[in-house]
Amino acid sequence: MAEFRLPKNSTVKKGKYFKADDGATNVRKYNIYRWNEEDGENPRIDTYEVDMDKCGPMVLDGLIKIKNEIDPTLTFRRSCREGVCGSCAMNIAGTNTLACTKDNDEIKGDINIYPLPHMEVVKDLVTDLTHFYAQYSSIKPWMQTVSPTPSGAERLQSPEDRAKLDGLYECVLCASCSTSCPSYWWNSEKYLGPAVLLQAYRWLIDSRDEATGERLDDLEDPFRLYRCHTIMNCTNTCPKGLNPAKAIAEIKKMMVERQG
Amino acid sequence: MSMNTPISKVRGLGSAKSGTDHWWIQKIAAVSLIPLTIWFVASIVQMTNADYFTVRAWLASPISATLMLLYIVIGLYHLRLGLQAVVEDYVVGGGMKVFLQFSILFGCTVIAVGSIFSVLKIAL
Repeated sequence: MAEFRLPKNSTVKKGKYFKADDGATNVRKYNIYRWNEEDGENPRIDTYEVDMDKCGPMVLDGLIKIKNEIDPTLTFRRSCREGVCGSCAMNIAGTNTLACTKDNDEIKGDINIYPLPHMEVVKDLVTDLTHFYAQYSSIKPWMQTVSPTPSGAERLQSPEDRAKLDGLYECVLCASCSTSCPSYWWNSEKYLGPAVLLQAYRWLIDSRDEATGERLDDLEDPFRLYRCHTIMNCTNTCPKGLNPAKAIAEIKKMMVERQG
Repeated sequence: MSMNTPISKVRGLGSAKSGTDHWWIQKIAAVSLIPLTIWFVASIVQMTNADYFTVRAWLASPISATLMLLYIVIGLYHLRLGLQAVVEDYVVGGGMKVFLQFSILFGCTVIAVGSIFSVLKIAL
């Protein structure tokens, strides 16, 4: 059966409390999930008081401030700080999103931060995305052709066909959508999940790609594609405002279409 | 601990090359069940105070019997597809999964055959 309860060694305990400096007047609390395999302890929630007058506007600014000034052991991924690299995806205020594009002011009360749900944690807010990336590589995310490459020229695409990639190419593979999907939680070994299926659709409707049939063959599976029951968590959570649920529905339509 | 590479785990046993029929037939069945359910509920409501012979006569009419058979067959097929999806969603492999999938298919078939026989017995 799918596991609905946390095992004993995963029960989250109360952690340390870090007070802000006495002079701070505009203080907000960051409650952050902490876990380190090496200390053998259960996960815990540490609370950090952050002086918002001396902190940037985004959740990531708070995290960097905590790491730089309060607790250097706090571990998280980040890189571009502008929603392009997808590294800082985490569960913030109950929703998977990018810490760098999430405004502190959008959150009421304490700022609760957890790693992406139902993923193996490496440390603190860092999750193991090995399987997720392997799934991405399994859909062959590159152009496949049988016709010879035009000599000295690009493969041409009309502006209308190029427009079909809008809303798909923007995906940064942050895994927010896939890890918000219960079907992905219960069956991620076999279900590809919304992020990878959106990427699969990006290649299915690329007018220059010549392997559409083979791509559909690979997806035609009760688990790889059809674990999607269209509950739309993916679309609700996408920090880039994309619609993976619609991309998956389009794949299903292609499947029906090719049967006649 | 498995030493398989990540990509070997993802590729697994390969694509089953099926799933579309399950999905598409479930949709068709769902849409067909809307008018059939309205008809069924309306008929039952209409016969709230009817006696046994009136209900029997109603079910024996060719139109009622046909619609009732459709309702039973499509409804149970839809039920089977739905329960199958629930098991696939929540039950991880092993004997339990085989047992449940077997029970669902067998159970729905038994109910369907029994119901069809009952309707035909009254109608014919």
